[in-house]
Amino acid sequence: MATQVFKIPDSFKKDAKYTFCPGCDHGVAVRLVGECLSELGLTENTIAACSIGCSVTIYDFLNVDSLEAPHGRALAEATGIKRACPDKFVFTYQGDGDFASIGLAESMHAALRGEKISAICINNTTYGMTGGQLGPTTLLGQVTTTSPTGRNLEYYGYPIKIAEHIALCDGTAFSARVSLDSVPNIRKAKQAIKKAFEVQMKGLGFGFVEILSSCPTNWRMTPEKAHERVRDEMMQIFKPGIYKDITKDFSNEN
Amino acid sequence: MTATITDKRVLMKGNYAIANAAVLAGCQCYFGYPITPQSEIGEFMSGKMQELGRAYVSAESELAAINMTIGACSTGVKAMTSSSSCAVSLMQEGLSYATSDQLPVVLVSVMRGGPGLGNIYPSQGDYFQATRGGGNGDYKLIVLAPSTVQECADLTYKAFYLAQKYRNPTVLLADGLLGQMMEPVEFKEYPYPEIDNSQWKLSGAKGRDARIIRSYAPLADNQCVFLEKLFEKYRTIEENETEWEEIGTEDADIVLVSFGSTSRNVKTAAKICRQNGMKVGVLRPITLFPFPTKRLQELSQKVKMFISVEVNMGQMVQDVRLAVNGKVPVELIHKGVGTPPSPEEIVKQIEELI
Repeated sequence: MATQVFKIPDSFKKDAKYTFCPGCDHGVAVRLVGECLSELGLTENTIAACSIGCSVTIYDFLNVDSLEAPHGRALAEATGIKRACPDKFVFTYQGDGDFASIGLAESMHAALRGEKISAICINNTTYGMTGGQLGPTTLLGQVTTTSPTGRNLEYYGYPIKIAEHIALCDGTAFSARVSLDSVPNIRKAKQAIKKAFEVQMKGLGFGFVEILSSCPTNWRMTPEKAHERVRDEMMQIFKPGIYKDITKDFSNEN
Repeated sequence: MTATITDKRVLMKGNYAIANAAVLAGCQCYFGYPITPQSEIGEFMSGKMQELGRAYVSAESELAAINMTIGACSTGVKAMTSSSSCAVSLMQEGLSYATSDQLPVVLVSVMRGGPGLGNIYPSQGDYFQATRGGGNGDYKLIVLAPSTVQECADLTYKAFYLAQKYRNPTVLLADGLLGQMMEPVEFKEYPYPEIDNSQWKLSGAKGRDARIIRSYAPLADNQCVFLEKLFEKYRTIEENETEWEEIGTEDADIVLVSFGSTSRNVKTAAKICRQNGMKVGVLRPITLFPFPTKRLQELSQKVKMFISVEVNMGQMVQDVRLAVNGKVPVELIHKGVGTPPSPEEIVKQIEELI
């Protein structure tokens, strides 16, 4: 008897065309988000807030109601959605510039208020859609189109460690950083996304996952080399791990 | 302060009347950040919304407040924010998006002095901010201008109705004088029909295709077509919703044009002029967009002069001039900021102009 080993989750649009650059990790991340929505039975009860950057195109792939937020404002709009409809599952899918630069106030305060929202942030150390400029997560020494000799402290200061900051907010129920550089890490990433969704479903607070992702186009690398960079450079500074998980305090669960 | 429907008149501040009316209009979510002279609205809402089991969020900024309002409106509930002048500046991006998203955002803008931090005295300096907007692109906000505390309540009802009816952000443009002064006010039941939003609101894609409320090229590649449709809507609003008050214009040689709190002293000034034998009338726009352009054009056939009276450096006067289009002189009586010029001051300046 044949066993089905692969299927498209019900959260995916059937006619979606792949629009990310070859080798970009957004494709994997969107797939994981879709799988988690399907497996948790959330597709029909979800409203997403997507804000500007490559991440916004998630609404072209997922069969969920979506509101397109201005750059940086996804968590403000998600707050409005959740407060208006507390019984809906609400998530944001954002880039690091969106989440941690222009939208840092919205992000931190959503976490501090303990909004029952799940937020996914793709960290690829650059502004992808606009052509690879320096962003809040650009590593020291990294060459971008707006740091032509590399990020140095005198001009640019330090990159932000997002998952650690969100974990410090008392309203955060779950905060983790994951990577998509290898199959085992992709599996861990899915577990983290699911956890960030579950803390919302249980009404425990803000769920957050920072996903380290490659951007081969703007890094001027092959997809393989780009994943090597994720491992050798990004994961050394942005260490994967679970930075907060309040469900661990509940000994009867999991 | 309590939100009640009552056939008795109660003495209330304009800000409280607005907040009370919003609750009675069925506003389910309030998002705001404090700023003088409108902070009473948020203070009232913080208690009332919690008491009623509705949503209140003390937003981290006006940027967040307007975007929270957009988020709530996308789900089909009535939602609002309120602010003043320099902080309404922070909301311009969101207002531009909300026009493109076609969402029924309600903003109460209680004007103070500007530019910049300006001062906390009453002003009409944000006529342009409301009717022209500081956001990008071609769009219009529906703008309602109350002149009494009773109108603060009545036009709050209307703001929710028009926002829902046309799926367009609507501004209640009050000022520090209206917000802070107390007058008798009566709260009737919300008099407008509820608008069906089941065809567009976000509620989860159950048994139907997913909906996207988007501002990036809402009609895919054809932004020109989208803009034409948007402006077709604005023409409909102009045809159906233009509202103004007229006093003594039938035989008037001079028509004073004035909106909001300033129009109160203007009406008294017109009476004094009549007593002095001058044929003076008043036209008070109640909707600033749509502006009573056609009525001003009609009046310009028989009137000898229009005088716009404003508490700013002369903003609405430009719309009066556009309407009159050079047929007769359009003059300006104004004061930069503060309480409106007294009726006597206005009369004196009219006499100097003629």
